[in-house]
Amino acid sequence: MNTNWNRVGLVTMGVVTPCLLAIPGFVSAIVVFDLTLYALMAILAMSLAVVWGYGGILSFGQVLFFGLGGYSYAIAAINLGDTTSAIALAMLISMGFAALLGYFMFWGQISDVYLAVTTLTISLILGTTINSMSGTEHTIGSVPIGGYNGISGIPPVSVPFSPDHPLDFVSMYYLSIALMLITYFGLRWIFWTRFGRIVVSIRENETRAQLIGHDVRRFKLGIYVIGAGLSGLAGGLYAAWSGLINPDVFGVAFAAQVIVWVILGGLGTLIGPILGSVGIQALILWLGKTRLVDANIALGILFIVFVLLVPAGLMPKLQTVAERVLNKIHDKERS
Amino acid sequence: MDVFAVLIIQSLYAVASLALISVGLALIFGMLRIINFAHGEFLMLGGFAFVIAVSSGVNIWVAMFLVAPAIVGSIGYVVERLVIRHLYGRRVIETVLATWGISLVLIGITSSAVGYFQRGVTPPFGSVRIGAYSEGGYTFFVIAVAIAIFAGLYGFMRFTLAGLITRGTMQQPDMASALGVSKTRVNTLTFVAGAALAGFAGAVMAPITGVVPTSGAAYIAKSFITVIIGGAAPITGTISAATLLGMTSYFTTLFTRPVIGEVVLLATAIVVLRFLPTGITGRFFRRGM
Repeated sequence: MNTNWNRVGLVTMGVVTPCLLAIPGFVSAIVVFDLTLYALMAILAMSLAVVWGYGGILSFGQVLFFGLGGYSYAIAAINLGDTTSAIALAMLISMGFAALLGYFMFWGQISDVYLAVTTLTISLILGTTINSMSGTEHTIGSVPIGGYNGISGIPPVSVPFSPDHPLDFVSMYYLSIALMLITYFGLRWIFWTRFGRIVVSIRENETRAQLIGHDVRRFKLGIYVIGAGLSGLAGGLYAAWSGLINPDVFGVAFAAQVIVWVILGGLGTLIGPILGSVGIQALILWLGKTRLVDANIALGILFIVFVLLVPAGLMPKLQTVAERVLNKIHDKERS
Repeated sequence: MDVFAVLIIQSLYAVASLALISVGLALIFGMLRIINFAHGEFLMLGGFAFVIAVSSGVNIWVAMFLVAPAIVGSIGYVVERLVIRHLYGRRVIETVLATWGISLVLIGITSSAVGYFQRGVTPPFGSVRIGAYSEGGYTFFVIAVAIAIFAGLYGFMRFTLAGLITRGTMQQPDMASALGVSKTRVNTLTFVAGAALAGFAGAVMAPITGVVPTSGAAYIAKSFITVIIGGAAPITGTISAATLLGMTSYFTTLFTRPVIGEVVLLATAIVVLRFLPTGITGRFFRRGM
């Protein structure tokens, strides 16, 4: 029996969406504030899910675009005063950079672990450079880059074209949830189109896709740029949400964490990485609060156990389990 | 003349330190196809084993040459038996993820055991005068150690029966098994050797850098990049990559600032990968080991 998992995913989202929208009525302000972060990180998780899970491009340094987006938003929002164009810039700059980098990598036929290292290295380069840009000589417009301390006092997102009306945190929550859902359904749509299907076919068998006559490089570049745009969007909104951004976003630890979200949730799904990001962050927060066990030890053991026991990730595992149960029920009905 | 002597020694030191911190990782990646993200923590643990042994009265050379490699080697043994042996033949990214988990566990255990304090040992040997300049005697020691390690490793691989068996097992595991070699045992011993080398390198670097539970992070990116740039052959690859990256970053630092040196190191790595997508030994020195 074939269950249509796409439909299951859509129905789940249909049930979850009203709940997400109703949440601010029931919980305290601080929870709404935290949930906003989860929504933004979910967008980041989806950006890697698209590039890696669907496109087969292991972009280890996906956080590079997150950081670029964050810094672009910070610099643009403070200089221009308008936050709508700052968000747009955060996306555009990330996408432009991804286009350049992608051209370099895909036309140079860099792949696999070497591509992972290249992207991670670029992220580290940016981190190191920004880290050293302290002092007053490093300013863009009126914004000091701030080196190790980063940029603070970043304005929150405001109502479009009226900078005097910044969004309060409940509206920011709704904005983030809305963008997360748009991203989810938008990506669903992309992988339903011809473009998306070819991207997936390249992941499945690059040589065959090439022999059929597709210019593999272009499709890879396309999906890479889309992922970078989403990552930049998440980064820009993150800078607006927290009010500060520092070079840590370019570091190995954050890069590896995003990888973990995606692989724990399941490669080749969108819901999985979202759940992975929310779950891991909630776990870190909870361990930090309760001090039950050292957060590092708990997370480390979790990753090891997952890789050894559930290598495909959470969602694909759940699907196979659910399929087995459904099949059993089906068999019983027939007998 | 003195200036040149100093320049040569310092640039050799840059290469030697890069090669030292990478050799354990290179061995494990080259032989087992495992990217060990806990490598930085192995270095850190080697540093701690050394510093704690010295401060509790053990002779500094005993601590460096015996205690640190022995302790980290044993940790490597436990890690290999518990986790790594399930990873052979799996996708590279899975090895990265699992070993990253190991690294988190090791950081967690170390920081709850010793706390977040910087520990250190004063470098022995004092300083050496070269004309108008003075250079730490320990710098010469690091260079000598690096040369000895690589010569020893080469000699082992090239001229001993155990080295021959190791190489054979890596090239044709099934054939080696058919000839009665225990694959599992060779894999375990290789991993333990890589861990012990990392522990030793950590001890050698500890007097210069000091050591904290999080100092592994400073090593992992550099050593990881060195190993990937080097390519599949652990010995030749590490030496050539460390030479290229160490020299470029040292001379850039000399004429500009340390940060730019660091950036140029990483940029060089990217350019190399662009033109040699399988690392230096994927194209040159193909008969190297």
